[in-house]
Amino acid sequence: MAGAIWCVVEDDRKGTPKKVMTEVLGEAARLGGPVECVWLTDKATDDGLTQLGGWGATKVWLLENAGLAPYRGETWVPPLAELAAKESPKAILAPVTSRMREFMARLAAKLGVGLSADSVGLKMDGDKLVATRPVYAGKLLSRVTWAKQPWIATLRPNVFKPAEVQAGKTAQVERVSATIPAAHMKLVERREEAATGLPELTEAEIVISGGRGMKGPENYVILEEMGSVIGAAVGASRAAVDAGWRPHRFQIGQTGRTISPKLYLGFGVSGAIQHLAGMRTSKVIVAVNKDPEAPIFKIADYGIVGDLFEVAPLLTQEFKHLLDK
Amino acid sequence: MKILVAVKQVPDTATQVKISSDPKAIDTAGITWIVSPYDEFAIEEALRIKEKRGQGEVVAVTLGPDRAKEALRSALAMGCDRAIHVNDPALTAADTLTMARALAAVVKQEAPQLVLCGRQAIDDDAGAVGAQLAEVLGWPCASWIMEEAVDGDAKNIRVGRQVEGGLEIFDIPLPAVLSAQKGLNEPRYPTLKGIMGAKKKEIKDVKAADLGLSSTTPELTVTALEALPARPPGRIIPGEVKDAVKELVRSLREDAKAI
Repeated sequence: MAGAIWCVVEDDRKGTPKKVMTEVLGEAARLGGPVECVWLTDKATDDGLTQLGGWGATKVWLLENAGLAPYRGETWVPPLAELAAKESPKAILAPVTSRMREFMARLAAKLGVGLSADSVGLKMDGDKLVATRPVYAGKLLSRVTWAKQPWIATLRPNVFKPAEVQAGKTAQVERVSATIPAAHMKLVERREEAATGLPELTEAEIVISGGRGMKGPENYVILEEMGSVIGAAVGASRAAVDAGWRPHRFQIGQTGRTISPKLYLGFGVSGAIQHLAGMRTSKVIVAVNKDPEAPIFKIADYGIVGDLFEVAPLLTQEFKHLLDK
Repeated sequence: MKILVAVKQVPDTATQVKISSDPKAIDTAGITWIVSPYDEFAIEEALRIKEKRGQGEVVAVTLGPDRAKEALRSALAMGCDRAIHVNDPALTAADTLTMARALAAVVKQEAPQLVLCGRQAIDDDAGAVGAQLAEVLGWPCASWIMEEAVDGDAKNIRVGRQVEGGLEIFDIPLPAVLSAQKGLNEPRYPTLKGIMGAKKKEIKDVKAADLGLSSTTPELTVTALEALPARPPGRIIPGEVKDAVKELVRSLREDAKAI
């Protein structure tokens, strides 16, 4: 309906919405709704559609077409832009993921409206939406507002409060018969990374990070053991990545991934300003470092000054103990 | 093959940034300016494509005030052939879309077969200009690329874009826009010869009017910058490691409810 807040569905590419959508839907409801979803996919499952209803969507605009997989801007932007022009939503929100980041930027350009990327706060100010987003590598926050609707924004994961699940609530599903443009980009292959068995860095609720103090690539197994006990992703500082100990995709910081987990545990991480930029919005920060002067202690909620090779295995044991109870 | 590289001048990563008396801007006093690190990957890749093909031209372009010329000099010192400086006070408050429109106008004038940029500039951290430029031009784009290979007749490019859990490899017809992710390459340092040579290379100054931009009114406006909320003071847990670890786990569970 006109004036709705659209939440663009990010899914697991197998027909199920990702959990981060609860945060987007929760925020859309807090902004006053009406909350609707738009789902572009080659295949939506019934369970997935039910889930969106339970998370608060009153309606799901479903664009289901084989031509929509894999994501390509050239196939996704025209049908959604057309639908938005017809239905006049007041806002279009999506979580920050690799494809949503690009898609929402292109969509905003197509519609000729502003984009607030990587937003960490949204608030109605009278009849205007105001977004807060980190700038200068998270050293400052910027308040932004739009010249016209629809207000387009991407939302940083793990920042917004998730919607309460309302069992039994369902969304009206409206299938949109859109023309999907022929794609110029041809997928050759998808190269999977070696599975770590641990969560994805940017989505994880708990992140463990190892810095220069790890002394070498062989020692990350200590952190991975802890990760498998508490269900955490394992990342690294730039110093560790530049030393070749970990691949680039594990780098946390200004020139790596920005994370905002519920719990961050840094081992042998000094806390260079560019690392802090990538993790300072974490809810709880724990630092373990031999150097009591390490800058990371300035932003840590809890710190242990000590040898990580002594602390980390004990901590893993203690976590195991706690979670076995 | 002609390649356009879009670069941005940004404060150095180690620089402390402070809000100026104008709450919408930072205090530029004492700031060290650099080429945004991701843009260096883009410059490097453009130069490698040219070197591999043994011919071609790499043109660097930036939007920014007078000082942004330094970023172009750095690009020229690395090996770019010439540069274009879109320098117009009307673009001071440009949002990503306004920047993309200005760059699109430059692209139309220059008609390159490929546009490269960094995945994001590390000042606004929006990571949107490359994708929006592609949209304004009606070109395909691939974001966060980790590898690329241009085919022999420069009609297609094969790229690997980074997505959650892996790489997606695409064949894309040129022209196209690509944004560089860390890991694409290791940018070269300018040589002394490069730095000297850069002084003689052309930097063309361009105004919004030269690009035929009808409007430079931003769609997204910054109303204020603000400092981060201070984190509550933390606690160093003292004592023997064994006891400290126990106390840490207790605090995480009972006080912080983080596990």
